[in-house]
Amino acid sequence: MNPSNLFLKKTSHISSSFLYFLRTSSGFFIGLFFALLLTLIVGENPVHIFLIIMKSAFGSAYDLGLTLFYTTSLIFTGLSVAIAFRGGLFNIGAEGQLTMSALGMVGFAYLFPEIPRPFSYVAIFLVGSLCGAVWAFIPGYLKAFRDSHEVIVTMMLNFVAAGISSYVIVNVIPNQQSQNPESFIISDSFRTNHFDFINTLFPDSPANLFLLLAIFTAIMLYLFFEKTLLGYELKVSGENPLAAERAGIPVKKMMIIAMVLSGLFASGSGMNEVMGFSGQFKMGFSPEFGFIGIAVALMSNNNPLGIMVSAFLMGALHKGASDLDFETETITRDFSKILQAMIIFGVGFQYYLNKKFFRGENGSH
Amino acid sequence: MEATDFFSISFILSFLISSLRVSVPLIFASQAGLLSERSGIVQIGLEGFMLIGAFSAASFAHYYQSSYVGFGMAFLMGSFFSFLFSLFVIKFKADQIVIGTAFNLLIAGLIPFISKFLFNSTGSTPSLPIEIRLSVIPILLAFLAVILIHLWLYHFRSGYWVQFAGEHPETLLSAGVSVDKVRYICLALCGGVAALGGASLSLFLSSNYSPLMTGGRGFIALSAVILGKWKPIPTLLACLLFGILDALQIRLQGVIIGDFKIPVQWIQILPYLLTIIILAGLFGKSKAPAFLGKK
Repeated sequence: MNPSNLFLKKTSHISSSFLYFLRTSSGFFIGLFFALLLTLIVGENPVHIFLIIMKSAFGSAYDLGLTLFYTTSLIFTGLSVAIAFRGGLFNIGAEGQLTMSALGMVGFAYLFPEIPRPFSYVAIFLVGSLCGAVWAFIPGYLKAFRDSHEVIVTMMLNFVAAGISSYVIVNVIPNQQSQNPESFIISDSFRTNHFDFINTLFPDSPANLFLLLAIFTAIMLYLFFEKTLLGYELKVSGENPLAAERAGIPVKKMMIIAMVLSGLFASGSGMNEVMGFSGQFKMGFSPEFGFIGIAVALMSNNNPLGIMVSAFLMGALHKGASDLDFETETITRDFSKILQAMIIFGVGFQYYLNKKFFRGENGSH
Repeated sequence: MEATDFFSISFILSFLISSLRVSVPLIFASQAGLLSERSGIVQIGLEGFMLIGAFSAASFAHYYQSSYVGFGMAFLMGSFFSFLFSLFVIKFKADQIVIGTAFNLLIAGLIPFISKFLFNSTGSTPSLPIEIRLSVIPILLAFLAVILIHLWLYHFRSGYWVQFAGEHPETLLSAGVSVDKVRYICLALCGGVAALGGASLSLFLSSNYSPLMTGGRGFIALSAVILGKWKPIPTLLACLLFGILDALQIRLQGVIIGDFKIPVQWIQILPYLLTIIILAGLFGKSKAPAFLGKK
């Protein structure tokens, strides 16, 4: 079925705020509950595990900084998945798009190291955006004009992006000082860290300016959907392409616009890493942000404002799980994947419950 | 290695055999994906099913010191987990792609979780002694699976039900056959057969389970289904083609022709590029079952 049908925005008749809360977030708590319950099997105390996760996510300024760094990337990929959804497309290629964006930026900084400030920032920003957007344009175009299924195409492009980046990073622009598969470090004129006032709030952590850009992008996307004609047309053609076609909305064009914007947002995750934090392309820098973004978008029913909240929750869980390695005997950081998966299952179950008990109202904003 | 070594008879023979061997996991997985997709369920969880198969096969084979037990248990575990999958996509009518993605994530997290508990290691399972490893049987089983699925789909009434479930479910319904039941069965078989693909990775191509050893083969298997136009025999041929590419990629590591070192990544991305080109309709249309992914 058309994925956007699942997430139709409906006017909700809230009888009580508790029911509204249940409708919108029961999936998250169901998933969290069952994931933690699993730890009983290996003889751990779920409450104890939960407390470790909370402490690791919010325990110090540094911990919170890491959580916010993940949050930033997840807001971007969540928005990326959400705008495609709203346009009636399923973009599981945010991972490839953010990879190509990061690769493009590092490659550009390698070819043109001498560009002076502030043009360097403008240039690398544009290159990063362009690479992500082009990588998303391909499936958008193929879907609109060749009727190729965007899920398979984006999935395949993820692997192509991984192959290209691994070739370029290891063989063309490696970091000579390191044994790790990572690129050289780009020149300071492309990096934002020396005037990063967000980072000074969370010393030594990777939290950076791009958090603000992520929040700004989310708010802009909200306004785009609610206040602009293009946003409205995009939603309509996603929800009901036939009706949209009849109303004179160019559906094919809308598909491509949705995908290009989707790739643009995914690029933000690459920038968060390359421009904002490390200044290089480290293989595996993304713990599959593109896929976690699917959970983020689902949890918030593709509402851009809700995405900020769900990205923060998922970011916190991801950071929190990273300390399980040395805080427990039996559970490792891979538990983060179990948490993410169970939450997606939980949200799927939530939609089922809503359909059954609330006649399909998924309580969007 | 010199470039001229590539043209000796012994080289070509051993190359063909290794191509056949590395195709085996793909053949199982792609036939599994075909069953699911022909019944109308989009299957992007093959990677997860393969991982379950690889891990449980290695674990049970180690515990009972028998590869046969390993293969059998892989099938059962794969079917069991695919029941979980079908519960969500059929009963709860959740989005098939979302659940497939979540499923791959779940398995990738669950295996180290269980492995740490059982073997106190998040990495590999203990190695199996050489004498209990299988050498030919998985190849035969893989081809048998293709033949059985081909016969079932095109020569048995219940096989037609599968095709109708994917093409015209309402016709099947009006004939008094439960579409959901057909899909539950196809998905259970899908999980089991894909797990056999994983099992042949850990018991046939190597001697233990190592983390994420499927390395994207679940997705290459899905490409093979598309390339094979959702038909068993052409899908088998696509798997053999990808097997040749895989064997080539292994052989070409470190090979220098003239001054040029062939990058393995170029060959690794070929199956994916080929799939995109096919999907773009440049070599004739590959048509999915009409009702694939719809509810």
